[in-house]
Amino acid sequence: MLETLEARFRAAMPAVDFCSFRFMREKAEQVAVRRGVLEPVSSSDDMGVMVTVAHDGGWGYGATSDLSQEGLERAVKQAREWAERTQGKTVFDPAELPQAQAKGHYAGPVENAWEDVKLIDKVDLLKRECARLKTDDAIVNWISAFSHTAGESLIVTSAGGHLTQTFSYLIPSMMVHANKGAETVRRTFGANAFGRQGGMEVLQQTGFNTAAPRIAEQALMLLAAPDCPEETTHLLLAPDQMVLQIHESIGHPIELDRILGDERNYAGTSFVTLDMFGSYQYGSELLNVSFDPTISEQMASYGYDDDGTPAVKEYVIEKGLLKRPLGGATSQVRAQPLQPGIQGVANSRACSWNRPPIDRMANLNVEPGTSSVEDMVKSIERGVYMETNLSWSIDDSRNKFQFGCEYGRLIENGVLKGVVKNPNYRGVSASFWRNLAMVGDASTVQIMGTPNCGKGEPNQMVRVGHASPTCLFSDVEVFGGAK
Amino acid sequence: MMRDYFHQLSDAVGSMLQGNEVYTLNFLAEESDFVRFNKSKVRQAGAVTQRSVSIDLIAGQRHAEGELCLSGDLELDRPRVESLVKSLREQRGVLPDDPYLLYATEVHSTDQEGEDKLPSKADAVDQIQSAGAGRDLVGIYAAGGIQRGFANSLGQRNWFSSNNFNLDWSFYHTADKAVKEGYAGFEWDPAAFQKKVEVAGQKLDAVKRPSKRIERGNYRVYLSPVALYDIVGMLGWGGFGLEAHKTKSTPLLKMVEEGKTLDKQVTLRENTKDGVAPGFQGAGYLKPDHVDLILEGSYKDCLVSPRSAKQYGVPTNGAGAHESPTSLDLSGGALAQDSVLETLETGVYMGNVWYLNYSDRVNCRTTGMTRFATFWVEDGEIKAPIDVMRFDETIYHVLGENLVGLTAERDFILDADTYFRRATSSGRMPGAVVNAFAFTL
Repeated sequence: MLETLEARFRAAMPAVDFCSFRFMREKAEQVAVRRGVLEPVSSSDDMGVMVTVAHDGGWGYGATSDLSQEGLERAVKQAREWAERTQGKTVFDPAELPQAQAKGHYAGPVENAWEDVKLIDKVDLLKRECARLKTDDAIVNWISAFSHTAGESLIVTSAGGHLTQTFSYLIPSMMVHANKGAETVRRTFGANAFGRQGGMEVLQQTGFNTAAPRIAEQALMLLAAPDCPEETTHLLLAPDQMVLQIHESIGHPIELDRILGDERNYAGTSFVTLDMFGSYQYGSELLNVSFDPTISEQMASYGYDDDGTPAVKEYVIEKGLLKRPLGGATSQVRAQPLQPGIQGVANSRACSWNRPPIDRMANLNVEPGTSSVEDMVKSIERGVYMETNLSWSIDDSRNKFQFGCEYGRLIENGVLKGVVKNPNYRGVSASFWRNLAMVGDASTVQIMGTPNCGKGEPNQMVRVGHASPTCLFSDVEVFGGAK
Repeated sequence: MMRDYFHQLSDAVGSMLQGNEVYTLNFLAEESDFVRFNKSKVRQAGAVTQRSVSIDLIAGQRHAEGELCLSGDLELDRPRVESLVKSLREQRGVLPDDPYLLYATEVHSTDQEGEDKLPSKADAVDQIQSAGAGRDLVGIYAAGGIQRGFANSLGQRNWFSSNNFNLDWSFYHTADKAVKEGYAGFEWDPAAFQKKVEVAGQKLDAVKRPSKRIERGNYRVYLSPVALYDIVGMLGWGGFGLEAHKTKSTPLLKMVEEGKTLDKQVTLRENTKDGVAPGFQGAGYLKPDHVDLILEGSYKDCLVSPRSAKQYGVPTNGAGAHESPTSLDLSGGALAQDSVLETLETGVYMGNVWYLNYSDRVNCRTTGMTRFATFWVEDGEIKAPIDVMRFDETIYHVLGENLVGLTAERDFILDADTYFRRATSSGRMPGAVVNAFAFTL
């Protein structure tokens, strides 16, 4: 199919300053069992092409699900019309944008292919896990599920670029609700952030097959637990909450397109400004953060971004110092005159064929430190341990945040104590990371990710990956439910 | 033209059935222009043509669902649709009966074809860039046709098309100090747009004043219709669905389990009749004109999808699979819009809120931020923009014991969301004056 498409691309290639064809296809399947009953099994096959034209000082795109020669030529015509209509009106000079010339192929990892396991065997597996969630009458809702997506892309450019990539994503999930009267608690399998690239082996890698009894037990404990206390104290965050903390208060603030103002009408601006790169102390010296597309099983690993830039690992924060933004080739060109020497990463990404690439997070990871969980707990005279994101909210400059978790435990005199429900905390990004007191070692790291990062106008939802150790913060406001 | 294609496609799928098979089919298409602006210049501009069909292939209580993107040319699409039907048939063969499968068996066909009165692309872009001249305009213009269709093998055909635009934009002063506006509809009126630009410009002048930082604490506030839409819209996250009620996961659990009530001024409806969403849902049921969700402060009815209807033995009221409202309508109150500053007296005028999420779902407590034009008001006069503040409040305070009043006038808000496709949801909202609204950070 790709050969046929490429031939059509070349036949439709217009005589312009620059043109690219970006084909994306995603075949997805969802299987879920709710309270022992199989939900409707659904599948989808989505594909289309975005044609981008830069010509004579204008820039435009045309995207279509009509992959016939005529359909592609209509998309070329639309892209050219928009390029013509925007001549001299764009926020950047299209002639200055790099023209992707890279050639290559990237294939994400798959050991035990999704399609090699019969549908009925997948259903049986989910039914078994679903049944193991229902351990008590108080559990009123119990669900096990997974979804799989097979992705494929082809980029062909007028500058000689030719890139093909294939991906396989598996997202396992489990959830229970436990209820007593007007009190209900939720407990999930890592807030469904255990998505990874790979096949059915992801279930073993992430512990899906052993999680159900623990999820049910903890839900029942939460139902009987007191609220999280309200105080300023030490906060120990598990990786399945660190995912969210990294995402919202490091990832988004350092996206270069936000800093350049593109997102101000929707996702927001940033407290980070261009002059802060290279000099701003983002966190304590224990904080090391990498943009890392090389951990193959992580959600947003790839060989090339959607502008065709080869992806390599880069540190964005080292020993707490802010080094470089998350900005792709287009944003880097725009930022250079404003902050000469600024660098970026290969993170120009589109959610699908029908949306243009913008700066996205991809994999953004906190590098491990040297402390064991036991050492961190022992160091705490009083504090709270929180696990699994439940609630998230942050201001449009990505500073004042408030996050909530599913599961909390008190820490007193170096020992983990009783369970608390509604564990919430709030803070300010600019000071929170400077209170990073201890960073867990490699044994505490979990590789996680989410398929639901929203941003952009028109809106786009992309997969991102976050790997993190367990981390300890000091002087954090924690609190519980409504009084 | 798309309507003809939809009918041809539906007939073609019918011709592919075998034995006692039944199909239901949902068709989604749009032709959109998207123009993104930053600093009053174009950031990205382009066109998207997307068409897809989802088919549920049913035999007895067994079924399998699949979705496929389409070219829009039946000769090209037929082989791929045939292949989908064949794979669904194979998949269905290995699946067990679905005890909760329910689809419309009474035929109710409808046809709603929207007129195309959209402006030319050049006119719209020129007017928007003119409005941004000398200012920092950022936002998006989205426009074009939207089509939705439902068909089944019993002969039902439902068609909906609409041609609309939605300009969602802000004027920025500096950093996070800005004014947000929206102009959406079916026919572009240059005078109406100019009026909105002028009003936004006036608010921008107020935003340029030195900002005020307020301390944490409880304040009397005015919530604009757009801000209230976002807060009430949170209830759509499982608040009204029968499934969420039966599994005790609704954020309105205390209304259901303990008889907790809101202020008697609060009547909230799913008002399909006056909304802009299609009047049919994915299994072929038509939506009633309206469903009373909260009536005079008390919980009334749930949104019931066909699946929930079958599971819990109650009639469906045409809700979609997620049982979320698409045309929220909060009744107006007695406050005159032009008296809200006087009624507020001293407190915070909240033009917009941002990034809402439940911080305690059982107590329907929501946290979020102020954003855009939010002002400190003293003695009924706007004094200064305030620096952004976090709030954390329960709906039982905001629309319950602390509600001072709702405005008589209401705004019609067309959703600007474009995730996957352009949204067809909307809301009708008044503004609200609220006492002791909790700001926490």
